Amino acid sequence: MSENWIEINDLHFSHGPRKILEGVDVAIPRGKVTAIMGPSGCGKTTLLRLISSQLRPSSGTIRVGGAEISRLERGELFRQRRRMGMMFQTGALFTDLSVFENVAFPLRVHTNLPESMIRDLVLMKLHAVGLRGARDLMPAELSGGMARRAALARAIVLDPDLIMYDEPFTGQDPIFVGLLQHLIRRINQTMGCTCIIVSHDIKETLSISDYMYVLADGRVIGHGEPETVINSDNEHVRQFLQGLPDGPVPFHYPAMDYHQDLHLRGSLQQEGGR
Amino acid sequence: MYSRKIEIVVGAFILLGMVALAFLAIQVSGLSVKSAARDTYQVTAKFNNVGGLTPRAKVSIAGVTVGQVTAIRLDPLSVRAEVVMAIDNDVDYLTSDSIAAIKTAGVLGEQYVSIAVGGAPDVLEDGGAITDTQSALVLEDLVGKMLTTMGGEK
Amino acid sequence: MLDYLQRLGRQGMDVASGFGRAGILFWQALWGWPDLRAGPGLLLRQLYFVGVYSLIIIAVSGVLIGMVLALQGYTVLVRFGAEAALGQFVSLTLLREMGPVVAALLFVGRAGSAVTAEIGLMKATDQLAAMEMIGVDPLKRVIRPRLWAGIISMPILAQVFNMVAIWGAVAVGVSWLGVDAGSFWSNMQNTVEFREDVLNGAIKAVVFGIVVTWIAVFQGYDAVPTSEGISTATTRTVVYSSLAVLAMDFLLTAVMFGVK
Repeated sequence: MSENWIEINDLHFSHGPRKILEGVDVAIPRGKVTAIMGPSGCGKTTLLRLISSQLRPSSGTIRVGGAEISRLERGELFRQRRRMGMMFQTGALFTDLSVFENVAFPLRVHTNLPESMIRDLVLMKLHAVGLRGARDLMPAELSGGMARRAALARAIVLDPDLIMYDEPFTGQDPIFVGLLQHLIRRINQTMGCTCIIVSHDIKETLSISDYMYVLADGRVIGHGEPETVINSDNEHVRQFLQGLPDGPVPFHYPAMDYHQDLHLRGSLQQEGGR
Repeated sequence: MYSRKIEIVVGAFILLGMVALAFLAIQVSGLSVKSAARDTYQVTAKFNNVGGLTPRAKVSIAGVTVGQVTAIRLDPLSVRAEVVMAIDNDVDYLTSDSIAAIKTAGVLGEQYVSIAVGGAPDVLEDGGAITDTQSALVLEDLVGKMLTTMGGEK
Repeated sequence: MLDYLQRLGRQGMDVASGFGRAGILFWQALWGWPDLRAGPGLLLRQLYFVGVYSLIIIAVSGVLIGMVLALQGYTVLVRFGAEAALGQFVSLTLLREMGPVVAALLFVGRAGSAVTAEIGLMKATDQLAAMEMIGVDPLKRVIRPRLWAGIISMPILAQVFNMVAIWGAVAVGVSWLGVDAGSFWSNMQNTVEFREDVLNGAIKAVVFGIVVTWIAVFQGYDAVPTSEGISTATTRTVVYSSLAVLAMDFLLTAVMFGVK
């Protein structure tokens, strides 16, 4: 097997008439933490859903662990997905199950372990994310940060080869962000799994990433180790990483010339007055 | 994992459905096991006019239901209506000179076939025919007759 | 003009693809019983939420409708001196039409909308996607038990509705208005046919159950995963299911009781 766990070649994806990804090439190294960054609406989350084959590409190839994931049939795909864990932006806990049952869910579905062993495994994972005491709470009783931690415990309960984090830091307080950074790093080191973080929180993400990709307008505009990318002289990348209000990504939504626009409106008023 | 309570309640729910169906079958439609498995034989009768008689109408003797009409068709030779009836097997005393009449239950009720058993020694077999018939009373004819008799008296 | 044609064409294609997706969903979800590993628990839970929860509204509406039918029927029949036919009038109306149709419409409002909203919300909060990621097919785990629960519950509810409504009619007709109990029941039993009336009514209820739950489940699964999308989907479930029930009722009546 190659050095890269995931290899994506010339990936195109469109949603109806809207093109979301236009020729993306991404290689994700094995056992490392890779960040995929970019402004909102650039197709980051779409890319994640393509990797997990919740969406099918319009064209191009996605190889995960050596298997061409977009060509698998449904049954085989579900087997592949057992080796992937994903933490959704909102947690996506099953609202009708307690925290304990949420984490136990993958075990119950995919294994025939005795109840006592399921209990031990679930408590171990819950302990790892610090929620061992919250096992009997329902998802509705959890704060946003706790829900994400529970979701993380659920994502790692089958010890997957690949863990995907969809916007893990968005809208969380600094304490949780620090805690999650610590967790992501530790899970990566102890389990040796490949991690992908999709985010637009630059500082938080880069400090724990080994490698990064920057996406914009459905294309990869820069990639490499974080230091190299930060010092890149690509204007587009600099604008995103430094948060400049205007640059290649324009401040204004495409519109006709400002003066002409105002003038036109003026003349309309004149006509109305006549 | 799934509580006992839910299982019991769902069990009761399904049982309630069965009870309701049984109630509708027995109490409302008057279905009994015996009548469902009842054997019948066929008898035909030709009428000049069947009026509003329909298939599935009752066939009765002295007001007791003994069968039902299974088909009504026009006999092209005699140009009369041929009514096919299924009579219960245990009614084996329909003599060949029985009289079949089409009557109405009440003023607005539905029409049915009433059979009056005669005194002849031979009994009708499966496929037999009742020759002596009385057609349905048609209200318009009745009114018309009444008008002509009243006119005659004048 | 061409624009108009194009819009018409696009709408036609949207409708056709919607039907296609609904058909595929139905086929995939219905095929086979719920996951055996999950046990019958999933189906039981849904029977509980879909069926048992609808029981009270069905029973209360049933009594009221039975009472109204008896009252209305009595005032008309008594003019012809035919109030003994009240039992026949009430039971045939209920068994053939009112029972299945009204029970189905109540079921749409009570259970159908809830199923749509629940599935839509599960989609909006990524629970369906999370389930897929764990390697569990949401069609089997989420859709199938609800579909079966609806198909099983609907005929049960319709029969309960009929039974309770007839009781309501007895309460008003016999106990209050004074129709003779003997002639009430015997008149009913003489005219109501088990196969023709009870069984055909039950078949209607099964068909309505399939149609209503199918629409509810599909609208939830196909909803745009936003709060606005879910509310649209819920509204659609109620509107489409009600129309579908009434249209199917006409078709079935024509086939079952139509002129032969």
